[in-house]
Amino acid sequence: MKSLLAFAAIILAVTAVGTGCKKKVADSFPKSGVVAGWEKTSETRVFAAKDLYQYIDGDAEQYISAGVVSTSTSDYKFQGQLEATVDVHTMASADGARKILETGTKDAKPIQLGDAGVAYAQSIIFRKGVSLVRIVAYESTPDTPQALLALAHGVEAKL
Amino acid sequence: MNSRREFLKTAATGAMLLGTQSKLGLAELLDQQKSKVVVARDAELHTAGGHLDEKRVADLLDRAIATYTGRDKPIEAWKRIVPVGKVIGLKINGLGGKPIATHLALTLAVCERLQQAGVKPSEIVVWECRHSDLERAGYTISTDRSRIRCIGTDMDGFGFEEQPAAFGSVRVNFTKILTRECDFVINLPVLKDHDLAGVTFSLKNFYGAIQRPAELHGSACNPGIADLNCIPALRDKFRFTIGDATASIYEGGPQFHPEHLWYPNALIVGHDPVAIDYTGWKIVERKRAEMGMPTLESTGRPTTFLVTAADAKHNLGTNDPQRIHLMEI
Repeated sequence: MKSLLAFAAIILAVTAVGTGCKKKVADSFPKSGVVAGWEKTSETRVFAAKDLYQYIDGDAEQYISAGVVSTSTSDYKFQGQLEATVDVHTMASADGARKILETGTKDAKPIQLGDAGVAYAQSIIFRKGVSLVRIVAYESTPDTPQALLALAHGVEAKL
Repeated sequence: MNSRREFLKTAATGAMLLGTQSKLGLAELLDQQKSKVVVARDAELHTAGGHLDEKRVADLLDRAIATYTGRDKPIEAWKRIVPVGKVIGLKINGLGGKPIATHLALTLAVCERLQQAGVKPSEIVVWECRHSDLERAGYTISTDRSRIRCIGTDMDGFGFEEQPAAFGSVRVNFTKILTRECDFVINLPVLKDHDLAGVTFSLKNFYGAIQRPAELHGSACNPGIADLNCIPALRDKFRFTIGDATASIYEGGPQFHPEHLWYPNALIVGHDPVAIDYTGWKIVERKRAEMGMPTLESTGRPTTFLVTAADAKHNLGTNDPQRIHLMEI
């Protein structure tokens, strides 16, 4: 009986870990309406490091060399018009996230978000712990910078 | 593609004809031996808000093809490019997302002209590796064989060949869309900066036709790009490029980096993919210089794949500007 209970406990623990991982990935992305004006328009896709090239082709190499474990991505739309994509890269360590953030962002404007972040007119990149988040809008409108910042705060709160 | 021997023979014939032709005539004859590349531009292709004018895209395509073929009427021009009764595959690029994917307006314009030239809708296949990339780029998936199809390798009924094909250093499994669905492929790549290869355009676009492209990324994709394009399953079908350089990324590619987005507002067409890529590379370098950025080579990303693609072993085309007949309109 004791061994049966132990076995059941192991199964429960494994299930919990599995569910936890899955929940963490899904939870990085705010649902529609959670951030004012933003609608989540696609399923979240998850790419393991070895499959990352399927999503970002040659760019995968820099993330792999920085220790990416997986990348999750989802599309959003602001007020039914402005399209954007949110990528959440989960790195093996916070150093990996720092390394990517510090690459090629010299012209960007620093912003207070997560552990560090930068903004361009149509994109925001920030890191928080082992997560590196990149949000890109596909159009430049007067509302784009503020809308992106709001979405970025929504993602940051989920990490 | 003409061999060097054919080139010299024709040049010699041209020289003998000098008595009856002007020097200009010989120059024209020699020009015919060059790889023709047309760069067609329209400065007003994008509106102030960055939206693509679909009608102007179609008009620009007509101008590019007319210039390339020397035929004013689009239908006559297209008949010189595509065969009758064959299935035409249009390999697009949807990886970077809508702003820097092969624009739907261009693909639709090509489909329209193909049909006017006598290709049936059921003989046109628009394809990419993953259906999600097609959808994110604004395409609608369609598997109805009686109509124009728009399909991804990852969809039911397609997938990759079980048997690999090889050339030089590469051994790959091609998509069955290329091997079993298409007779003749028109490549519709997107001109972009590339983190490894320097630039990605025509030749590199077929990384989207194989199962494990990451295995060909080593050493700046060299000789991966050239070797891949030499495999008969691809080389025998890939016939023409209509390069989408309406919007491009001059740094940070191949992913979409809006801070490095610019609008060359151009289509680049031709039969010689090496000459096309060489031309695209120079356009990216010019933009980088204009933005005060270093050359690709000085950032450790030389486009050495072009040299390999043009060498005697691969002979995929020319990267020699003296042998490229560049027509900018």
